[in-house]
Amino acid sequence: MATFKLNGKTMTADVENDTPLLWVIRDELGLTGTKFGCGIGTCGACTVHVGGRATRSCITPVVAVEGANITTIEGLSEQGDHPVQVAWQQLQVPQCGYCQSGQIMQAAALLKDIPSPSDEEIDAVMSGNLCRCMTYVRIRQAIHDAAAATGAPATKESSHA
Amino acid sequence: MQKRLIVSLVLIAGVGLFSLYAWHSPIEPISSPDNAQFTSEEIVEGRILAAAGYCSTCHTPADGQLYAGNYAMHTEFGTIYTSNITPDKETGIGSWSLEAFERAMRSGVSQDGHHLLPAFPYEHFNKMSDADIKAIYAYIMTSIPAVNQLKKDNAIPFPLNIRWLQAGWKLLFADTAPFVAQSAKSPEWNRGAYLAEGVSHCGACHTPRNAVGAEKRDNMYAGAAIDGWIAPSLTTTNPAPLPWRAQDIFEYLTTGNSPYHDSAAGPMAPVVHDGMSALSDSDVMAISIYFANVAGVNSDQDFTANSQLISAIDAQQTLPDLRLDQGANLYAVACQSCHYSGQDIVKGRPLLSLGSSLHLAEPTNLINVILDGFHADQGLKGIVMPAYREAFSDEDIALIAGYLRQSAGEKAWPNLISKVGEVRNQPQFAQ
Repeated sequence: MATFKLNGKTMTADVENDTPLLWVIRDELGLTGTKFGCGIGTCGACTVHVGGRATRSCITPVVAVEGANITTIEGLSEQGDHPVQVAWQQLQVPQCGYCQSGQIMQAAALLKDIPSPSDEEIDAVMSGNLCRCMTYVRIRQAIHDAAAATGAPATKESSHA
Repeated sequence: MQKRLIVSLVLIAGVGLFSLYAWHSPIEPISSPDNAQFTSEEIVEGRILAAAGYCSTCHTPADGQLYAGNYAMHTEFGTIYTSNITPDKETGIGSWSLEAFERAMRSGVSQDGHHLLPAFPYEHFNKMSDADIKAIYAYIMTSIPAVNQLKKDNAIPFPLNIRWLQAGWKLLFADTAPFVAQSAKSPEWNRGAYLAEGVSHCGACHTPRNAVGAEKRDNMYAGAAIDGWIAPSLTTTNPAPLPWRAQDIFEYLTTGNSPYHDSAAGPMAPVVHDGMSALSDSDVMAISIYFANVAGVNSDQDFTANSQLISAIDAQQTLPDLRLDQGANLYAVACQSCHYSGQDIVKGRPLLSLGSSLHLAEPTNLINVILDGFHADQGLKGIVMPAYREAFSDEDIALIAGYLRQSAGEKAWPNLISKVGEVRNQPQFAQ
């Protein structure tokens, strides 16, 4: 049993304390934008924000988020126009798309802490988000584009796109 | 013959004197406390002090009722179940007079005269003023709902369960000294010392204990194992690379994290979020000033050019070849997305090599955190760290811990895999 805010709305999940947050979000609350990947917190597909920080929901027991604010891909922006989402569409980043909600949530959290990241900083923070289609080069460029769109001073941009 | 007689007489006299010392009369029960005697200021102060003494942490089990007891304390002497301290007349302390309450707080003797175990930190509470003890009494009697719930029997083996033996323990080990302000120190320092040594009983966890569980007062705050965790040293031997200035301690005690050090995990989490959070900023700053002094730290120093900090920031940006180092590989995919802060220190992106857990002689704290993460009410409030208990094997966790230990410039922890197994199977600290 846990009570928390999900995309701004107070929710109570009447489940066992050790139920993974991802199960609650997808199966109990019906928001399926967040994906199940590896189930051991090493692929990033299940990334959501807890208190504004990127969090692997597949290995976060629901009891841990009691009282916390959770944002999923559905709640990142009202119109789907977060700078990362816009850059994602413009560059046509996804191929199969399975990892993208996790990638976008991780990238949005990255830009909050490091507003104009270098390639090395993007690689370091994004290395826990796997993409089986290998779209890493476009992911990295989209993050640079989103940083530029939010007015962050330009850094060493990647020349690949 | 005469010699034997003298020895016998001395023995009898000794036993007699000890019995006199050990025996305490019951204090007359009261039908109900005269709540009109308490002022509203007293009750408010009592609520603050009860929080700062973490009464609820040990007297309320997970899913239990406030102050109703039966929280299991796992000690090396056995499991102790805490008492019901709600104002219930039958099973709690509802029939205790202020005199009985004060005797329990100061000398660890229950209303009926039996000795309380030193898991109840009466040695610390004895350093509180009469007014502060009365305030807690006023708060409990007026504001805590009475709960009728019997205390479970402790699981402590014979002969340690003989209560009058506690009198011998007290005679030999108990700190009965009242708090004495030090005139050479500032009023803030003295206020901090009064709170830390008294109601907040910091030494109960951070001071090592002797073979029979008494705090080693000549080694105050030198660090100790507690509840399956290590309470680090708060003295000059604190293992964190950067010194704890008063402002760092203050930030840690008010937010649950110091970005130059680490976060309040395990049993320290309720200390911050249930305890210190009730105190005024000036009281928390007083405690911070006291502990910066205990650690011999000059709080005026600036960290910008600190070589330890610069090398820690540099080191996080240099990963070894991930194909060759399995620990670094696991760290990169599982941990680095949060534990990487680029060129700066970013609050909420803890730089692990600055924390004490990588520099302690035992890997216990690091393993605990990898296994169970942080709940939203631990460390920095409102954010979490996932729990790798079900995700990672002992070997995986040992690889990550080993990599981190090495990257923090420390020599390897021995037998890491079996240590992870040991920590995994110990009773979990339940809040």
